[in-house]
Amino acid sequence: MAKLTAVDWLIMLLYFGFVVGIGFALKPKMKTSKDFLQAGRALPAWICGLAFLSANLGAQEVIGMGASGAKYGLETAQFYGIGAITAMIFVGIFMMPFYYGSKARSVPEFLRLRFDEKTRALNACTFAVMTVFSSGISMYAMARLMQTLHVFDGLFRAQGWAPEGIFTFSIVLSAAIVLAYIFMGGLASAIYNEVLQFFLIIAGFLPLVLLGLRNVGGWSGLKAAVPAAYMHEWKGVAHASTNPMGVEIIGLGMGLGFVLAYGYWCTDFLVIQTAMASKNMESARRVPLIAAIPKMLFPFLVVVPGILAIGLPTPHSTTVTRVENGAIIHEINVVPPQVEQGRGLVPAKLNPVTGKPMLTASGEPLLDYDMATPNMLLHFFPTGILGLGLTALVASFMSGMAGNVTAFNAVFTYDLYQSYIYKKGSDRHYMTVGRFATVGGILLSIGTAYAAINFNNIMDTLQLVFSFVNAPLFATFLLGMFWKRATGHGAFSGLIAGTAAAMLHHGLTLPIEARSGIHGGWIAVLHHYPSDMAQNFWTAIFAFWVNFIVTVGVSYCTKPRPDAELVGLVHSLTPKPESAKLVWWKRPEALAAAILLAVIALNIFFY
Amino acid sequence: MDLDLRIPIGLMFALVGAILTAFGLKSDGNVALYAKSLGINVNLWWGLVMAVFGLTMFWFGQAGQMRVEKERDGKKKKAAS
Repeated sequence: MAKLTAVDWLIMLLYFGFVVGIGFALKPKMKTSKDFLQAGRALPAWICGLAFLSANLGAQEVIGMGASGAKYGLETAQFYGIGAITAMIFVGIFMMPFYYGSKARSVPEFLRLRFDEKTRALNACTFAVMTVFSSGISMYAMARLMQTLHVFDGLFRAQGWAPEGIFTFSIVLSAAIVLAYIFMGGLASAIYNEVLQFFLIIAGFLPLVLLGLRNVGGWSGLKAAVPAAYMHEWKGVAHASTNPMGVEIIGLGMGLGFVLAYGYWCTDFLVIQTAMASKNMESARRVPLIAAIPKMLFPFLVVVPGILAIGLPTPHSTTVTRVENGAIIHEINVVPPQVEQGRGLVPAKLNPVTGKPMLTASGEPLLDYDMATPNMLLHFFPTGILGLGLTALVASFMSGMAGNVTAFNAVFTYDLYQSYIYKKGSDRHYMTVGRFATVGGILLSIGTAYAAINFNNIMDTLQLVFSFVNAPLFATFLLGMFWKRATGHGAFSGLIAGTAAAMLHHGLTLPIEARSGIHGGWIAVLHHYPSDMAQNFWTAIFAFWVNFIVTVGVSYCTKPRPDAELVGLVHSLTPKPESAKLVWWKRPEALAAAILLAVIALNIFFY
Repeated sequence: MDLDLRIPIGLMFALVGAILTAFGLKSDGNVALYAKSLGINVNLWWGLVMAVFGLTMFWFGQAGQMRVEKERDGKKKKAAS
């Protein structure tokens, strides 16, 4: 339980002060809708690069990666290795010239330029819904965490407020702060705060990992403390039964490395918006590459705490009897049942009605993996640095939320409002709309926050949403950018078919040990997967290929656009970027090659 | 967006570092408090690390900001003459 003192509160308040202060400092610079929604397209590459990484460092990363580290072990690092990093290289080298060069103001707008109006409308609508959903999940996760860690309990007791209000208080507090700084400083404010949060996460988690490793006796001590399969990225990956995630190599490679990661990093406006805010094409292409460098090292900060939590000894109730001055003294240390039934520092889930630990179908206690990282913080941090650790956690939630809100603003203002509601407004008008879209977006997120309660792993929920909406999307962009024959009708029908395929697949399959419903199998159960992660990967793979095949098929049956209209939008019709004139080692390609070599080295090392 | 971001980041880290260091010094030798962190005074040590990092960042930020402002003044003068 978090016992916070004045020092902890001081650090947290200081952070809130800086966050809002940055918004305030940027407010006078917001003169046009471009300043507000695109940060004026004037930021340096390193800022955008760190923000590119941080935008994704929300709830799903910090808590979810720790949870997956505890649940699946080092295999989680695959999210980084093959998935994210190669995807970031791909988007920087091959896709950014079209995003940035086309002068599109958002990802859906790029779809209108390349394909047609209806494809854009479809993408803009699904994206707007998704951002609201994601930021709602961020908010919900944060409020739950504040409740579980009893962060505000002392404050509430001192004020004589009912403890039931903590959930709402956390949501309103985080929403108000995010609203304040985005309302004032727009995307620039969000990006600046994402960079601030990047450094804060390192400051909060590095000492945690160092203390944890010291406690278990270093890297070799950690290896000895957890099952052997936990410490390998690749070993046992050839068959589903021999690795903790229960996914075999094709599911892993295709689902995670290619479809999910590429779908996310290459098409999600949430991250792309930071690269599109940089000052020129050269910087825009470098942004994802700069982000990839710290991304390689982040498993050490966010996955390892989860593995450490499993590896540490489980606390048990103990009675120590000793004789002191002739008197026999019993010291009884009682540990709550959910902790004792857990593994390491990961507690078991309690049934809220009976108060007994919940069991899986095979009689094992169901573990609350989302608590792995927070429990590590509470276990190792004394007051003082505990404030810093909690602030880092809060910061990650808020910036995850902020990224979603700014993405929502731009898509709503440019792709929905300006395109379909009111076309002839002045620039000033659209800036005001952008500002008030912030308010609307945050209110909708609060609504979803109260509705998101069903999964035991936040990341599984997000992956599920991404696999419905994002996985088919990557096929559309890939064909759009590299195949000039692809048509608007093709893209549109491909997207619909892809999303339908994802839903159908999810409705027909079920992970073992799960009941039909939100976990899948809501039509009929035709196939069982060993884990919900494996199911998600395969959903994504089906969505991707159905979209790919339908888009190609329909494109051949419909009339292609003339080549002249596609200059700057399709690879074969676009002149090479300026960087071709630079000395070889100054080109983004050289940086990309260096990163790729480093990733391969890391993967060999942690085989 | 001509606000050098290293200035606010540096400032914040320096302040948090100073708070942690001061608290660490005050609570130094408190065995019960630092039992959690394996007997290490993490507040003091990590506070120092953060303060040094913050000041370095702040210093580079100031230098960068000055350079940008000088460049802008130079451009203005050129435009005026």
